[in-house]
Amino acid sequence: MELILQLFATFFVMGLVNFGGGGAMLSLIQTEVVTRHAWISEAQFTDIVAISQTTPGPVGINCATYVGYEVGGIAGSAAATLALILPSLLVFFVIMHFYARWHRTRAWSSAMGALRPVVAGLIGAAALVLMFHLGFGERGLECSVLRENFPDWKSWLLCGGAVAASLAFKVNPILLILIGAVAGFFLY
Amino acid sequence: MDTNSKDKPGLWQIFAVFAKIGGFTIGGGYAMIPLIEAEMRRRDWIPEEELPDIVVLAQSAPGILAVNMAIYTGNRLRGLKGSIAATIGAVLPSFVAILLIAMVFTSFKDNPVVQRIFQGVRPVAVGLIVVPAITMARRSGLYWWTLLLMAATLFAVAFLKFSPVYIILIVLVGAVALSCVQEARRR
Repeated sequence: MELILQLFATFFVMGLVNFGGGGAMLSLIQTEVVTRHAWISEAQFTDIVAISQTTPGPVGINCATYVGYEVGGIAGSAAATLALILPSLLVFFVIMHFYARWHRTRAWSSAMGALRPVVAGLIGAAALVLMFHLGFGERGLECSVLRENFPDWKSWLLCGGAVAASLAFKVNPILLILIGAVAGFFLY
Repeated sequence: MDTNSKDKPGLWQIFAVFAKIGGFTIGGGYAMIPLIEAEMRRRDWIPEEELPDIVVLAQSAPGILAVNMAIYTGNRLRGLKGSIAATIGAVLPSFVAILLIAMVFTSFKDNPVVQRIFQGVRPVAVGLIVVPAITMARRSGLYWWTLLLMAATLFAVAFLKFSPVYIILIVLVGAVALSCVQEARRR
């Protein structure tokens, strides 16, 4: 029960502070669930991200439902999903009259502009943490490749190929994940 | 309300429309916007000129874009009840789908073929997180202060394990305060 409440509180805060869309949501879930609480591993999280992106529905909700299930079963998945939705409803019905006017003000739009590079940094950090173990230990900066996600050079090639295909040719992410699945079957 | 306004749509209808949209869009919020607009247009539920306002408001509020879209559209149709019906509709299909996948996948996770497949899927999934980081960095513009914020956030979260929650709140409050000070000076 305590775990379910913790899940609820964690996802509630995420729903409240996410201003950066699906990518930012993933980075929030990762830092809270993988790095801070260590409820699931980096590799597990990466699998969940892949499944969330290939299943219908909002990526953030899918990811929350799945993480909730891994951490606390069906009750956990319901708690995480509900907790992520609730702040939106509260924001709407509690402060909407105020917010509808305020979100057009100069102060708020400058705040949203300032958040954009922060969100870029957050998503970049999420990607980095799924590639490397990073941190400061006794011998200063520590950095090693996350073997579960990147065991060899072929996996780096797959990653680079996906980034290039998506940026340069706007290849559909679902198609890219399917290609990754086929490649994995034949390469490993 | 104008004189020739039609009957309000029923809650079940609202739920069904959003369940259809939620159950068939892959990729989340941005992919849902055109579908929601098309449904509202087709059923004549919301006047054309109000749709952009809903999208702008949904994007600027915190949370999940698809959920915000459902809340604002539902509210416009039937108030609080409408927004709850729309939200449940948008979320329920994927909730059930993910739950089923999670249950099945847990028992197949250690299957060697599944492991090989996911060994190939993982680097692609990581690549698909690199992409929005690059797009978002481009969209925020390359000035000294955006680059500094970007690098500081990346370092604080990836290396120092800071919680993004505090970073977001600090930047939000800081930016609002800064622009209020500038506003006051201008006067």
